[in-house]
Amino acid sequence: MNAVNTDCTERNGLIESNKILYTEVDIMHMADALISPIVGGTMMAASAGIATYSIKKVQSDMDDKKIPFMGVMGAFVFAAQMINFQIPGTGASGHIGGGLLLAVLLGPYAGFLTMCSILLIQALFFADGGLLALGCNMFNLGFYTCFLAYPLIYKRITRGKVNGVRIFVASLLSSIVGLQLGAFSVVVETLLSGKTELPFGTFVLLMQPIHLAIGVMEGIISAAVIGFVWKARPEIMERTANSGAIGSISMKNVLAVFLVAVVLTGGVLSWFASSNPDGLEWSMEKTAGTSELEADGWIYNVMSRLQNKMAFLPDYSFKTAADDEVHTSESVEKWPAVSSGTSVSGIVGGVMTLAMAMSVGAAIRLAKRKKRKVTA
Amino acid sequence: MSHHKLEVRNLQFVYPDGQEAIKNISFTIHHGESVGVIGANGAGKSTLMMLIMGVLFPTSGEVLVEDVPLTKKTLPMIRQRLGMVFQNPDDQLFMTSVYDDVAFGPRNYMMDEREVENRVKEALEAVGIAHLKDRAPYKLSGGEKRSAAIAAVLSMQPDILIMDEPTSGLDPRARRRVIDFLKNFKHTKIITGHDLDMVFETCKRVIVIHQGKVAADGEGTEILRNSKLLENCGLEMPLSFRNCPVCGRL
Amino acid sequence: MPDISKALYNMRLLDDLAQKDSSVHRINSLVKLLTTVIYLTVVLSFGRYEIIRLMPFVFYPVLVFAFSELPAAPVIKRILLVEPLVIGVGILNPLLDNQRILLGNVAVSRGWITFISLFIKSSLAVTAGILLIATTGMGKLASALRLLKIPKVFVLQLLLTYRYIYLLTEEAARMMRAYSLRAPGQKGVRLKHLGSFLGQMILRTFDRAQRLYDSMVLRGFNGDYNTGIKEKLKLKDFAYLVGWILFFTIARIFDIPNLLGVLLTGVIV
Repeated sequence: MNAVNTDCTERNGLIESNKILYTEVDIMHMADALISPIVGGTMMAASAGIATYSIKKVQSDMDDKKIPFMGVMGAFVFAAQMINFQIPGTGASGHIGGGLLLAVLLGPYAGFLTMCSILLIQALFFADGGLLALGCNMFNLGFYTCFLAYPLIYKRITRGKVNGVRIFVASLLSSIVGLQLGAFSVVVETLLSGKTELPFGTFVLLMQPIHLAIGVMEGIISAAVIGFVWKARPEIMERTANSGAIGSISMKNVLAVFLVAVVLTGGVLSWFASSNPDGLEWSMEKTAGTSELEADGWIYNVMSRLQNKMAFLPDYSFKTAADDEVHTSESVEKWPAVSSGTSVSGIVGGVMTLAMAMSVGAAIRLAKRKKRKVTA
Repeated sequence: MSHHKLEVRNLQFVYPDGQEAIKNISFTIHHGESVGVIGANGAGKSTLMMLIMGVLFPTSGEVLVEDVPLTKKTLPMIRQRLGMVFQNPDDQLFMTSVYDDVAFGPRNYMMDEREVENRVKEALEAVGIAHLKDRAPYKLSGGEKRSAAIAAVLSMQPDILIMDEPTSGLDPRARRRVIDFLKNFKHTKIITGHDLDMVFETCKRVIVIHQGKVAADGEGTEILRNSKLLENCGLEMPLSFRNCPVCGRL
Repeated sequence: MPDISKALYNMRLLDDLAQKDSSVHRINSLVKLLTTVIYLTVVLSFGRYEIIRLMPFVFYPVLVFAFSELPAAPVIKRILLVEPLVIGVGILNPLLDNQRILLGNVAVSRGWITFISLFIKSSLAVTAGILLIATTGMGKLASALRLLKIPKVFVLQLLLTYRYIYLLTEEAARMMRAYSLRAPGQKGVRLKHLGSFLGQMILRTFDRAQRLYDSMVLRGFNGDYNTGIKEKLKLKDFAYLVGWILFFTIARIFDIPNLLGVLLTGVIV
């Protein structure tokens, strides 16, 4: 999160953007502004569902020592995420996500919960990924590592015998896969939210290779830390290995919960936000028995206007580099601001609003300060 | 008024890595006694305190508080009677203000906020840091932190106060303040430490721990004068017992 | 490690600010949490070309800021710290979206519009988040979460992680200082040492965290975090919540700036 000069030329667009995006921005921590409420809400529901399930599993397994350890690992990964290391050969730097480490040392359920608490604290205190992107971040950084990479790759490789080599290979593979999946998720979520102009192809080309390199680094570092803990305090890892076997049964549960949550929320939210009046008519039929309301015409008008105004659905435009103008959705969000944004009244109004807000704020501050002086 | 008796019977404790920290310790501490538990580093003092508080459970033997054995079930009840101040006050202070840290204990027992306020006030005044109640703990000096940690335990009004190295790392004035406080504290207290002068001033009875066992248990003035015993156990006579380094006289 | 100590300082600062007293600080924490989340949702629901219509939403952070009597400089500094992040992501937009749009008489790349919109939205979001924590504090926020029926396990985990962050970063700073004193000329920990460095850090902090947890338990802690302040829902809390929701809804539906502008310029759009 260091500021780097944002000088960029159009000439070598791709390479330059590569550098800027990479050295400055940690895309794995998605910022609020990149997410639309629907995507954010859906992912939040999904993550919340998984978290609830994890809490249930953890409660039955809880012992007094685990609580502070979870807290410590949480603080540790939090701090570790702030340590940037140089990636040799690329002149760029990155930091670990920590999901795999948490899964190995705490178990997948406790690990996921710990990751959630880390992200929540970051969102509150650092706006590192805001509150709305929280669901996405929890999923991208937590789900793939704790519930896919850990059980399917790490555990399988270290099953039976645990030694330095196995830890290393398992960590490396799990980290790479986990991060690749996470990075790809970021791409999908951003594009579904329609908040940047990056075409799909470019975005993927940016994300995947970078996170491949990070994955390798994270794998190595995780392996080193896991190896250290295993040698110094093997009882910590034995406990997690024996508790809560991650058989295919519980995996299915988790996936099922996730799918249900996604489908339900995504569907419900999209339906509500759909500016397609069919949805409204359908509900009218179901509730009032008619698709036309005569006596309540006024309400209908308000409702349909409300729906039009609250068109949350963003552009689903998967742009290709060559074609700027493809709008494949029927959302209302075109360039309507052209009318009010470029008109004089619009601009005047906007500036006035801003000025009003500022002056009101300043006036209040002054009044408060005067009051303090009087009562002091 | 029940007699606050603490008894330790045939206590033994082995760490998970096989190290036998406490080998076979037995003693009884009666109401109102002030006992100093001394020994070299690694002798087992802190482990012994942990066992008494129920933070660790013995491999064999038992701890009895007022004739009630310490088990997982009796733990909450017994912990209300015992208060322990840790060696490192940073391990004990974690709230954003001293007031909140001292109030932490009473609040956990769901006391009325007014009662909490009373207790906090009393505790802070007992250690002399009432003026620091709104300060953030991490901004305090070593001595002030130590006082705050003590207050945080005092507010629970324990019957038996256990303190692990209360004067370590303190400057002379802060140290003096702690010693004065301990001298005025009339309840049962157990103090561990290397500061033998402090132990001498505050404790009538002294128990010497050496390699996980009780090497001596008796009057403080006698034991602390026994230089041979002390040296065998990795200790020395208190400075106040020795010759003046300048003029050579006692 | 300057990053870490800076981050720690920021956290401490926000924590300290949360202890102050003002009309906003006294509002019920759950209400503040809900208001913030709703605000974020509404602000981020605007399309990517909206700029003017975002203006009324500046009222929320400005008013909260004014009434909470928070010191301006540190908070604004915190907000500015996040901007490079947004700039980094958005700066490409002017490049990638070259379609020219006429703004009055000036032709401007449409990408600039999306960039500015992104910037404004993100700044508002960040500000709202920071204001929430600066007027509420972690402890009360945890109680608010409990009120939302979020399980004790998770809230406890959150609180402990938060507390331990201070511990651990101190430990990290200490270790880092020791390391760099014996590795002059090196910037950061060398990769081959990183494993044991981090491992030591974990184990040491684990021991310390264990002791801290013990001291909490020994003083009767059983998972429920009692801040001593029984937050009741008063009329003013309710008014706060309803008032802001109404404002957000109206500002979302109606193009207030435009209406205002129409009034002022007498031009009919």
